[in-house]
Amino acid sequence: MMVYTITKTLDVKKLNCPFPILKTKKAINDIEIGEYIEVLATDPGSVSDFQAWCNSTSHELVESSQENGIFKYIIKKTK
Amino acid sequence: MSEKKKRLAIIASQANITGAYPPLLLAITAAAMDYEVGIFFTFFGLNLLKKNNLNKIKITPAGETAMPMPIPQIIGVLPGMTGMATMMMKSWMKKANVAKLQELMDIAVESGVKLIACQMTMEVMKIKRKHLIDECVVGGAATFLEFASEADVNLYI
Repeated sequence: MMVYTITKTLDVKKLNCPFPILKTKKAINDIEIGEYIEVLATDPGSVSDFQAWCNSTSHELVESSQENGIFKYIIKKTK
Repeated sequence: MSEKKKRLAIIASQANITGAYPPLLLAITAAAMDYEVGIFFTFFGLNLLKKNNLNKIKITPAGETAMPMPIPQIIGVLPGMTGMATMMMKSWMKKANVAKLQELMDIAVESGVKLIACQMTMEVMKIKRKHLIDECVVGGAATFLEFASEADVNLYI
């Protein structure tokens, strides 16, 4: 597994669709292009939602994983 | 970026709880996905644009055969049943941690979703411009169609 330098961590645990996405959209404004944001979520629907959001916005989903019911996404800001 | 944005156009024609959530949820999600979004509110959908009204949106159990109410359908038409069903529905949504309609509308406004109130049905429903939130615009079918003709996704809810 690659190791990324995380600039910002966003905790959206317990939030339901579509709030993990909305909060991520907001939070990604706080980092610079080329930097990484880490998002922690519990919504199982977020797995496909984060993939879709990244496809749509062209930010890069570099890691999508799950551990003990917590979903972790690492996204590289591309624009 | 000069690349053309994707566009979502929605017609919102309902104002019960189950009809009110989908247009707002989809609109704000699409906005977060960098779509340009417009919602055309017509007939009962106009209730979603009325000032201080989103807390009063209800659900009626009569005719809603899928709603798991512990009563026969016919009882659903009795006075108080709509209030009861609404209370039940709201408590389920609270437990599932679903946001309130007002929060969704606030986000929609904040994220630049274009809110269009249907002029013709405003007259039918005797709704005046001053009854509606300031953030919406009033327009007709042509206004919506012009926006929708360029949309990648068109929904009627």
